[in-house]
Amino acid sequence: MLDAAVFQGLSWNLLDDFRQLFTYPFMVNALEAGTIVAVMAGVTGWFMVLRRQAFAGHTLSVIAFPGAAAAGWAGVPLALGYFGFCGAGALVLAAIAGTRRSLGAESAAIGSLQALALALGFVFVSLSHSILTGLDSLLFGTFLGITRSQVLVLLVVAVATVAVTAFAARPLFFASVDSDVARASGVPVRLLGLGFLLVLGLSVAETSQITGALLVFALLVTPAATAHRLTPRPWLGLTLAVALALAVTWAGLALAYFSIYPVGFYVTSLSFGVYVLVRIVTR
Amino acid sequence: MFAQEFMRNALFAGTFVGLACGLVGYFVVLRAQVFAGDALSHVAFTGALGAAALGLDLLAGVFVATICGGLLIGLLGERARADDVTIGSLFAWTLGLGALFLAIFTTQRSGSGNGAAGVRVLFGSIFGLNGHDVRVSVAIALAAAVALLAIARPLLFSSLDEGVAEAQGVPVRALGLLFLALLGVVAAEATQAIGALLLLGLLAAPAGAAQRLTTRPWLGLAVSAALAVGSVWLGLTLAYVFPSIPPSSAVIGVAVAAYAVTLPSRRIVHGSIESTTR
Repeated sequence: MLDAAVFQGLSWNLLDDFRQLFTYPFMVNALEAGTIVAVMAGVTGWFMVLRRQAFAGHTLSVIAFPGAAAAGWAGVPLALGYFGFCGAGALVLAAIAGTRRSLGAESAAIGSLQALALALGFVFVSLSHSILTGLDSLLFGTFLGITRSQVLVLLVVAVATVAVTAFAARPLFFASVDSDVARASGVPVRLLGLGFLLVLGLSVAETSQITGALLVFALLVTPAATAHRLTPRPWLGLTLAVALALAVTWAGLALAYFSIYPVGFYVTSLSFGVYVLVRIVTR
Repeated sequence: MFAQEFMRNALFAGTFVGLACGLVGYFVVLRAQVFAGDALSHVAFTGALGAAALGLDLLAGVFVATICGGLLIGLLGERARADDVTIGSLFAWTLGLGALFLAIFTTQRSGSGNGAAGVRVLFGSIFGLNGHDVRVSVAIALAAAVALLAIARPLLFSSLDEGVAEAQGVPVRALGLLFLALLGVVAAEATQAIGALLLLGLLAAPAGAAQRLTTRPWLGLAVSAALAVGSVWLGLTLAYVFPSIPPSSAVIGVAVAAYAVTLPSRRIVHGSIESTTR
């Protein structure tokens, strides 16, 4: 993993281990990026679970993969591919949701969109002949090699998405809990739905650059699901979701640093463990 | 095209995989369980890589994982239907586990450090099937299709109106579980051919198109199966003619294109399935 002469591995001195985590710039960058991503995913994930849009959220997170693969193939910056595809995906999903068809028909449309996105992604990866080197990190992410500028871009996007969500939080909550009453009271329900999907797409596009397209979803859904189990109160729930996302991300990164196994495994396992525990306790 | 053995194998196996996916997919869409199909496709990935990491048979790993996954999804929810959030949390973790198995496999077993096995599982390898693979996959697909048709009548009843079906003595919960186990079998079956990540398209798109074209259930089932098989044929042909397109992507591309064509068609709204309360 690292230069053997410098890397000390896990010792019994926990304080020393803790200090070691912050020794390397790449690890500091990873921890900062993880923190930003966790806050963003906690906030948007909480609303995603509230609005019962887990399938749409998963589809959006998967769309990040063809975005990156297309950008890699066309030779444009990866971020452009991520944002372009996730933005377009959000628009299509909003159009699907807007038709107010039956649940089965809607999920068929979402599922088809998702499969198409993945199929396209595979075409782009095959075309650019980077199948074995690039695919792994596109799908499962890597926390190594995150640069300062990536962290800065992440920060800007995160501040924007969280600010927009906070600004629209009250009407969005109202529209999510009871869309008919909200519509009757003059809340622009459809506009909010579209706006939320765009924000979700934006945060997914950002997050998947670090966690990989397949693992964003874990950070979106599991801490939020746990928070919803624990409390129905919105502000407390949002805070809990963010806190849980932060805790599992930090712990996951630290564990991954001291072992040879991928960070995605630790993050998903920790968050799922907490979720199961909470489910058993709040039964 | 038919002179090539790999192409004959692919078409033969693909036909039955398409048939099974089209039939099961119709019920998946009717019962609004596409997300469960999505989850099972990811479970298939983890099952295959888990078996690979442990040095076991890949196909057996996939089948065990998806059937157990299907039953688990059924058991977690009321009336054999778990909610999206439960399913989502479960398969997010499954994916993480898959990432772990991939890491173990690539670092310890294959030694070369590449993710070729992962790629095959994720996106299928229909052009790489040998005669034995084909026979196994045709037999399993046929068995799944027959099993589904055998329970189709009560399953249709309980999918359209669960309450009434239950009152009439239809074992709704057992049927739901059995259906999810069957979905697991089909997901595992399709993993080999078109890959864990893409099989959702063959479940959702032909069935979605069939439901737009007709409201009659038996006709819909037939249309869904026919569209799925047709997508496989056309997709494989396209991939043969244009070698730079991966076969599984071509199949899904055709299936989704067929679905997109049906979208503008106006269909008669029928109250029992159409929900107006959303």
